[in-house]
Amino acid sequence: MLRYFVSKLLISVVLLLGVLTLAFFMLRMTGDPVALMMSRDASPEEMEAFREMMGFNRPVSVQFLDFLSKAAVGNFGNSLHYATPALPLVMERLSATVKLAVIGLLMAILIGVPLGLTGGLNPGSPLDSLGRFWGLLGQSVPNFWLALLLILVFAVRLHWFPSFGADQAKSVVLPAFVLSLAVSSQILRMTRSTVLEVRGEDFVRTARSKGLNQATIYFKHILRNVAIPLISVIGVQFGYMLGGSIYIETIFAWPGMGQLLSQAIGWRDFPLVQALAIFTSVVVLALNLATDLAYALLDPRIRYGK
Amino acid sequence: MAVILEVKDLVTKFYTLDGVVNAVNGVSFTLDEGETLAVVGESGCGKSVSMMSVMGLISSPPGKVESGEALYYTSQGARDLLKLSANEMNEVRGGQIGFVFQDPQTSLNPILKVGEQISESLMKHLGISARDARLRALELLAEVGISDPELRYNAYPFQMSGGMRQRVMIAIAVACTPRIVIADEPTTALDVTIQAQIVNLLKQLRAKMGVATIWITHDLGLVAGLADRVLVMYGGKIMEAAPVDLLYDNPCHPYTVGLLGALPRLDIHEAKRLVSIDGAPPDATIPINHCPFAWRCIHAFEHCWNENPVLTNVEEAHQVACFHVFEKGG
Repeated sequence: MLRYFVSKLLISVVLLLGVLTLAFFMLRMTGDPVALMMSRDASPEEMEAFREMMGFNRPVSVQFLDFLSKAAVGNFGNSLHYATPALPLVMERLSATVKLAVIGLLMAILIGVPLGLTGGLNPGSPLDSLGRFWGLLGQSVPNFWLALLLILVFAVRLHWFPSFGADQAKSVVLPAFVLSLAVSSQILRMTRSTVLEVRGEDFVRTARSKGLNQATIYFKHILRNVAIPLISVIGVQFGYMLGGSIYIETIFAWPGMGQLLSQAIGWRDFPLVQALAIFTSVVVLALNLATDLAYALLDPRIRYGK
Repeated sequence: MAVILEVKDLVTKFYTLDGVVNAVNGVSFTLDEGETLAVVGESGCGKSVSMMSVMGLISSPPGKVESGEALYYTSQGARDLLKLSANEMNEVRGGQIGFVFQDPQTSLNPILKVGEQISESLMKHLGISARDARLRALELLAEVGISDPELRYNAYPFQMSGGMRQRVMIAIAVACTPRIVIADEPTTALDVTIQAQIVNLLKQLRAKMGVATIWITHDLGLVAGLADRVLVMYGGKIMEAAPVDLLYDNPCHPYTVGLLGALPRLDIHEAKRLVSIDGAPPDATIPINHCPFAWRCIHAFEHCWNENPVLTNVEEAHQVACFHVFEKGG
């Protein structure tokens, strides 16, 4: 168990180093980082002064080590737009993104798991047809289009929810729902197919041969086995929601990291973009680690290192 | 001896996308108290499906027990297992009738401790506390020959060998001292030395508990040393039923003769090809009204293609379903 966890932790560290390296070299890939960061009509003198200030005139290896040592203590330099350290700006937006992702994930689980379970236990039933329709819908509807449609219907026509911002408690409903749709269909399809698979397993027949009642068979024998792959899907999807809500936060003007990222790109604020990219990676890596841990707790085959 | 289980005219079909599979086509047999009944036949002949049907373990859909009776005799009289409610059936399954399945790799829940998988049956049927169930499960583990039961109680199936898992499966089957144990090819997935151990274990338990056993197998060598009586199945029907000695001394049905002839012999030393029965088992989706073995039978004549033979006494306690035996003298 400890060995399993340590190995997963080491893999995460290696991945994080990879992310940092990519983030550093991406800025230099296109040539001159100064040209990338400054507007086109900056004078050569201004550009030289900027180069001096950012330390871009030093050898790349020195810059890289400098970048790594600063990144280790959470220093990603100053945002060009705000002229304040980049990381605190990111952290400021974290709670809004987490709130959106958590509510979206809850919606996705509440829709996906029950529909997936009933569909898997009674394939071909009306609820299963509904579930399969939902699964198809969730995978094929583009979320920006759905966002605009929902704003049109529920904000503009019906006035049930605000169309943008985060100043009311119910503001979160529309963006969270849009964010949840694709994820709910993923969870639904995964739950359904796993239930179908597990309920045909020999050990379920053994459980029936013991004369256990249906509820015990479902909860003790089927659902616990379904939970294992489901946890990993939910973990991965949660990471995707935290890092992938750029469109949705932009459309709904939700003051989270995604909105900040789209603004930072517009401002050519490279230190801020870098800080956002790295921070999001750290969050996703931490989530994956937590998922691996949950996986091990649920599955003795992993816990005892098969 | 008193009859404990009487199955009459059992018919089971599977409604699949490829058509209706006629898996069991009118199977009738009886099981006496304490008797060991072997059910033999090649894969797909309906031997497992018959027993699963009796116990309500056919998944529906696609399977459906169409007709028949399965009378289970107790001191209170007979009950038709096919007509019991789900709750009543759950009392019988695991409590009165235990099961040992073929593949111990997949028949145990991979994420539950094996001890719990024994205890849950004890708690359900004997109504005892978790604590008492644990103590009883430890005894059972020792009884099926697992050393260090305390340690093994908390093991997961993947931490055990195939033979040990099958021992656990047997402990589950006999946990509530059932009157019948149905063993569905319990040694097929095991290697030969372990097979012998498992067979001996089941024999010991049978002698100790006096439990009636239905042993589903295609290993005729095993049957000879184990069974009191044998049912030979083909195409979802019983072709021949006889006490084990009579069957080996005087096999009547051409299929039984073929099966026995196909056994490899250790006492003949010249190099010979193994004998087999020509042809393949019939496609069960085609309904037939003649002998299902007719396609492969070297003795088949006109009558065999016009009518489906029924089991008839050929001698005391020995029944055969074959026109050739009765009309052409075997």
